[in-house]
Amino acid sequence: MDANASMLRLERLVKRYPTGDLALKGVDLEVPRGQVMALIGPSGAGKSTLIRCVNRLVEPTSGRIYLGGEELTRLGMSGLRRARRRMGMIFQEYALVERLTVMENVLSGRLGYVGFWRSFLRKFPQSDIDEAFRLLERVGLDQMVDKRADALSGGQRQRVGICRALIQNPQLLLVDEPTASLDPKTSRQIMRLICELCAERDLAAVINIHDVMLAQMFAQRIVGLRLGEVVYDGPADGLTAEVLTDIYGEEDWSATIQKDEGAAAEEDAGEPAAAETLRPDERMAGLT
Amino acid sequence: MPTQAKGGTRVWQRRERGRQLAIWAGWFFGTFIFLYCFKLISDKTIWFFVTDAGRQAADLGVRMVPPNWSYINELWEPLWDTINIATIGTLLAIVIAVPVAFLAARNTTPSVAVVRPIALLIIVASRSINALIWALLLVAIVGPGVFAGILAIALRSIGFVAKLLYEAIEEIDASQVEAVTATGAGRGQTLTYGIVPQILPAFAGITVFRWDINIRESTVVGLVGAGGIGLELNSQIMELSWTSVSVILLAIIATVVVSEWVSAKVRHAII
Repeated sequence: MDANASMLRLERLVKRYPTGDLALKGVDLEVPRGQVMALIGPSGAGKSTLIRCVNRLVEPTSGRIYLGGEELTRLGMSGLRRARRRMGMIFQEYALVERLTVMENVLSGRLGYVGFWRSFLRKFPQSDIDEAFRLLERVGLDQMVDKRADALSGGQRQRVGICRALIQNPQLLLVDEPTASLDPKTSRQIMRLICELCAERDLAAVINIHDVMLAQMFAQRIVGLRLGEVVYDGPADGLTAEVLTDIYGEEDWSATIQKDEGAAAEEDAGEPAAAETLRPDERMAGLT
Repeated sequence: MPTQAKGGTRVWQRRERGRQLAIWAGWFFGTFIFLYCFKLISDKTIWFFVTDAGRQAADLGVRMVPPNWSYINELWEPLWDTINIATIGTLLAIVIAVPVAFLAARNTTPSVAVVRPIALLIIVASRSINALIWALLLVAIVGPGVFAGILAIALRSIGFVAKLLYEAIEEIDASQVEAVTATGAGRGQTLTYGIVPQILPAFAGITVFRWDINIRESTVVGLVGAGGIGLELNSQIMELSWTSVSVILLAIIATVVVSEWVSAKVRHAII
C-alpha cells in the first residue's frame, strides 16, 4: 500500500436500525493517510453511527468499508479483532473503566495484542509498560499513573482516553465528540493534543464534533452530515452561512463565521486558568 | 381533565369528579373488607388465650431466668457449625450464582431466547422456596446434619445472589464495555476489563449481605435437623429446659449482632 493511498474508504455505507430509522443513507467518504477530518452535523445526523460502523461497534446494513487495503465489512470475528487494533477510538464521556487505575486503563489499549491470562493477571510486556509511561508523560499525566480513573478531572480523563487509543499503535483514530463534556479551554487543549499527536504519528483521524468553531480551528478538512447524507466536504474556510444552513438549518450564522477569523489569535484567552483542574462532579459546568 | 372553565375563570382541581368518587369508593370498600376479615378472624379466636398471653409470657420469662450460663460451653460447637453452614453455604451459592447471573443478564447472555429463560427459571426456583423447606427436603435426601444445612442455605442463596447480580450487570455503563471492545479485546478480556470492575462493588455488597442473612437462616434450619445451633434449640425446647433455651437465644443474638457488624464493616471497606 503506497503512502498516498486512502487510509479509510467508505463506499455506499448504509445503516438502518432495527427500529426502521435510516441513520446513514449511502455515504461515500475517503480519508487519506495523516489527514485530520472533522465530521460536523446536528444531533441525529448519523455522526456517531458513522464512526461506530467503521470499527463495527455498530454493524453496517450495507456498503463497504476499507481500512488501508483491507475490507472491514467482510471480516469474521477474529479478523475484526485484529483490525480493531489498528483503529484507536476516543469517546465523548471518556469511557474509561472508572474503577481501574490510569495505568490499567492505558494498558487496556493493548488487550488486542495480549493473551487472556496475561491481561487477567496484569502481566503486560515491559515494552507496553514503557510505551504507556512514555505516552502518559507526553500528555502530562506521569504523576497520575496509580490514581483511579474516577479520581481524575474531565480533561485528565480524556488524556487517559487518548493514551489508551494511541498505545494500540493505530493507523486511524476514531474520535466521538471528544470535547462535548469539557469546558472551552480544556476542549481546545484536548483538540490541539489530538491534532499534534496525529501529526507526530502521521495518523488519520475522523473527529465527530458539534462545535463548529473548534472544527474550523483544528481540522484540515470538514465534512458536514445531515440526516445521514454528506452535504459538505471541503476546507474549513469554505463553511459559509449558506453551507451551515445547509447542514444545520436556518439560523443566524454570522457570529460563528466572524469569530472564526479571529479565533487563532484569541484562543485560550478569557477562560479561567483553573478550568483544567475542575473536579469530575463540576465538569458539566463548562459544557459548551 | 382537571382544568375546567367556569364562567370565565379556569378552575383547577387535582382530579376529575368521577375519579375522585372512585377513590372514595375504593377507600370505603377497603375499610369494609378489613372489618369483615377482622370479624371472621375474631370468631375463630379463643380470646381467653389471647387475654392470658401476657401472664403466659411472663411465666415463661420467669422460667428462663437465671440463664444456665454453664450450658454455654456445650454451645461452642453447634455455634461454630452454624457459622460454617452460613459461610460455606454462601460460598457454594456464589460459585453457582455468578455464571447464572451472567447467563441471565440481558447484555451478557449468549441467547435471550433460550439461555436467559433457563437462567431466570433457576433463579425463581431457588428464591421461591424458603431455606427451611429446602432443609426439610434435604434432611430427607442426604440425611440430617451440617451437610444438609449447607446445601439448604446454598440452594436458597443462589437465586438471591444471582438476581441482584444480574440486575447489577444490566445496569453497567455500556460505553466502558464499548471502549474495551474497540481496542480489539476478546470476549473474555471484555468481560474482565469492561464488566467485572463495574460490578465488583455490587458483588461484594451482595455477598456480604447474603452471608449476614444466612447466619440468621442457619440458626433456623437446625430446627428440622439440618445441623447447627437450631438442632440444640429444638432439643432444649423439647426437654422444657428453659434456662438453657435462654442461653441459646442470647448466643444467637450475639452471633447475629457480630455478623451484622462484620458485614457493615466489609461493605463499607469495599464500596
